[in-house]
Amino acid sequence: MEDVKIDKKLDIRGVVCPYTLVKSKLAVESIEVGQILEIILDYPEAAGSIPKAMLNYGHAVLKVEKINPKEWIIQVRKEVED
Amino acid sequence: MEFSEEQLKRYSRHIILPEVGGKGQQKISAAKVLIIGAGGLGCPVGYYLAAAGVGTLALVDNDEVELSNLQRQIAHSVKTLGVNKADSAKQTFESLNPDVNVVAIRERINSKNILDLIKDYDIIVDGTDNFPTRYLINDACVMLKKPLVSGAILRFEGQVTTILPGDGPCYRCLFEEPPPAGLVPSCQEAGVLGVLPGVIGALQATEVLKLIIGKGTPLKGQLLIYDALGVNFRKVKIPKNAECPMCGKDPKITKLSDTPEQYCSI
Repeated sequence: MEDVKIDKKLDIRGVVCPYTLVKSKLAVESIEVGQILEIILDYPEAAGSIPKAMLNYGHAVLKVEKINPKEWIIQVRKEVED
Repeated sequence: MEFSEEQLKRYSRHIILPEVGGKGQQKISAAKVLIIGAGGLGCPVGYYLAAAGVGTLALVDNDEVELSNLQRQIAHSVKTLGVNKADSAKQTFESLNPDVNVVAIRERINSKNILDLIKDYDIIVDGTDNFPTRYLINDACVMLKKPLVSGAILRFEGQVTTILPGDGPCYRCLFEEPPPAGLVPSCQEAGVLGVLPGVIGALQATEVLKLIIGKGTPLKGQLLIYDALGVNFRKVKIPKNAECPMCGKDPKITKLSDTPEQYCSI
């Protein structure tokens, strides 16, 4: 069951690297520390690279889930100011 | 400011850098930088700042493009021979990045016009190579408290320093007065390796971008000296001079002056 409160949702289905990361980074910048961003995407490499990049930026990755054969959901909690 | 899809692509490598991000890129887009001299140094500085998306980029130069400039002044071309250098560089930078408002100022900088020219800009870049103008720019920037990124080149050696008035030394803390004319050879007499202004100009552009985004350590209180032949980068400390005639506690220089000199234009 989903029990985290999502503060912002970002749909980047159809977007490819590196714009998947560009848009995810901008979305994280637009929320406050402690808030949660949920990203839905369908570019397979980004399902691995975005969580890694978010950890490098200092944020927490709460969830990486393949929701169907072509789509993933990633939840990121903003941990540090930009 | 929201980024257009085109801007997201153009600036993607900046936006994904933690030190820049969307916020830093917006600061770059809002910045106003004035480059004095559209020659050897001004060309690469302007080129990279235009590529980076600096919102307003002004170029001050009163000379025209000559064939002997093209060995190092990379914003000009055979198509702009005889054209004013500020205009020639404006064409190049606008075709690289239409986001940038490039302002061509076809004037020779002097004690009468400099304060008016620099007053509306956030950061000033010195791309001239004659000492009287270098000192004039220093003095004007100290008076108006404008950050100044200064570069100089000759033969195989170049220097860079960042002057933050009120927060570190100025050019006159290093040498109070310009050297007498003829003591330091000009580029026309001594030559310069064409790529050298590219190295020094790229370092100046880097300093400008760091100041805009407010990250890293500015090159203040230090002179970075690059020796191309020996492949050495050296940093020499410039102490702040409490007795400096320009930025000391009791400044002797209270107005700007021109020293007529004959120096080459890089």
